[in-house]
Amino acid sequence: MQGLYAVFKKELCDHFSSYRFVILFALIAMVSFISSYMAGIHMKENLEALANTRFPFLMLFSATGALFSMVQFVAFFGPLIGVVLAFDSINRERAHGTLIKLISQPIYRDAVINGKFLAGVATITIMLIAIVLVISGLGLALVGIVPGLEEIWRLFIYLIISIFYISFWLAVSILFSISFKNIATSALASIALWIFLSFFVSLGANVVADSIAPVDRQKEPNPEMIIKNIRIREMVSLCSPMVLYSEATQTIIDPMRKTTRSVVLMGPMEELLSSRFQNPLPLGQSILVIFPHMTALVALTLICFAISYVIFMVQEIRT
Amino acid sequence: MEASTIIETVNLTKLYNRQTAVKDLSFKVNEGEVFGFLGPNGAGKTTTLLMLMGLSHPSAGSAKVCGFDPLRSAREVKRIAGYLPENVGFYGDLDAVQNLNYVARLNGIQTNRASEKIDELLDLVGLKQDARKKVGAFSRGMKQRLGFAEVLIKDPKLIFLDEPTTGLDPDGALRLMEFIKSLNRDRQITVLLSSHNLYQVQKISHRVGIMIHGEMVAEGTIESLAKEKLGVGEKEYSLEEIYMKYFQEA
Repeated sequence: MQGLYAVFKKELCDHFSSYRFVILFALIAMVSFISSYMAGIHMKENLEALANTRFPFLMLFSATGALFSMVQFVAFFGPLIGVVLAFDSINRERAHGTLIKLISQPIYRDAVINGKFLAGVATITIMLIAIVLVISGLGLALVGIVPGLEEIWRLFIYLIISIFYISFWLAVSILFSISFKNIATSALASIALWIFLSFFVSLGANVVADSIAPVDRQKEPNPEMIIKNIRIREMVSLCSPMVLYSEATQTIIDPMRKTTRSVVLMGPMEELLSSRFQNPLPLGQSILVIFPHMTALVALTLICFAISYVIFMVQEIRT
Repeated sequence: MEASTIIETVNLTKLYNRQTAVKDLSFKVNEGEVFGFLGPNGAGKTTTLLMLMGLSHPSAGSAKVCGFDPLRSAREVKRIAGYLPENVGFYGDLDAVQNLNYVARLNGIQTNRASEKIDELLDLVGLKQDARKKVGAFSRGMKQRLGFAEVLIKDPKLIFLDEPTTGLDPDGALRLMEFIKSLNRDRQITVLLSSHNLYQVQKISHRVGIMIHGEMVAEGTIESLAKEKLGVGEKEYSLEEIYMKYFQEA
């Protein structure tokens, strides 16, 4: 335990004093701040419309003010935080010869990797809580809306999902930093995987869906084929943690969403009608809807960390 | 002088991808002695040291360090034995005290006791005035001395030194050897010293072992090896002659 605590403390100190963390934190804080500010301004101008909304506070996070909402932004660039925090966590120590020194101290070897992972998770947690609190404060001051109990719960769940999501990327980059001896290689591998899973999986999903269940738009559309096409596309794109995460968080942040995605095809008038008279989903039901997503994200994170743990424990460390 | 055995290996073997790095190594180190561990590059000295520290798993055979098996009780071995690798690494963006503090915490030393100890050790290795300098700016010799401070922080009974004099100037190497001798004399620390600096090793070692191609070809006091290899009655001998003789035979 003493070893784990020592490593944890050292890594946490390193994170908070390193320039790259400060720069990244400044960037993310700035962008989320601006996006929420835009959302807030937008809400202030349209106070009429707000009278109908039950949860105006959550709109600070989910409304696309300028270009994207705060939730979308974290889904996109959250992985970068995880990658930057850990892409060189093990191989830098190996290159500088400090790893052998660490493991020749009377600690269990797993204290090194556990301490590093936990310090990363702690950093992410502090960072996200800080950002959410700043935005909440901004909402209070700018729009003058106070969060209700349910909104606080929803934000809390959002925070937990986000922590796991970014921790997944932390675990991925730790895994790469263990398996690649070269720091540049591990950084590139993490970023390549990030780009692949975030951008190309949804593209690939379209290709796979269209080849398995082609929808001919010229001819009379076959509803069965269209639904099959959409189902396949959804299934494939769920391989991407980003899709998992954004569906989960958007459902929890926006109580008006009843499913993670609507398979049901509706015309514009029907949609308008149904949205005018529908009530928000209760918190428990929202959680039920996204429960599979949450489980998948947690499992992905744990599996990834478990793999790196095993590799690190059996690896021969000579330098 | 009859001393108790602190390190004992029995047929210690290590294979890397079917290549033998260490082959049936059996030797003993007595408590309180300086054991010179000699051999050409790639003879398996570092591998042996790693196995004794419990950092590398032997393919066959067994070892005992202070009565503990490094394979099963690695933590106990690491608590009493210090290891100074050839290229000792530090966190370059931390200063000397912070580096030592981290190691002290990993060893579970209380904070107030640790700072006392760090002061004392920095004084001992002559880095007192550089205590608050970033280690990234240290010279090779300073790093080597800081490495010694780091190894000594856990009050080891036994230290493994892997080529401690490589890259040091002649004067620095000489003073380092004197320092190792003083550690052995004043603090009763057993030293297992691997080095190519035969002249220095001869001056401070009680016994030596010569390892070639993963095998220990000779083990004993320098006099006994001299008798064996260079003939009895020879007064003027050097470890270098003995070493070269073994090396040519192998």
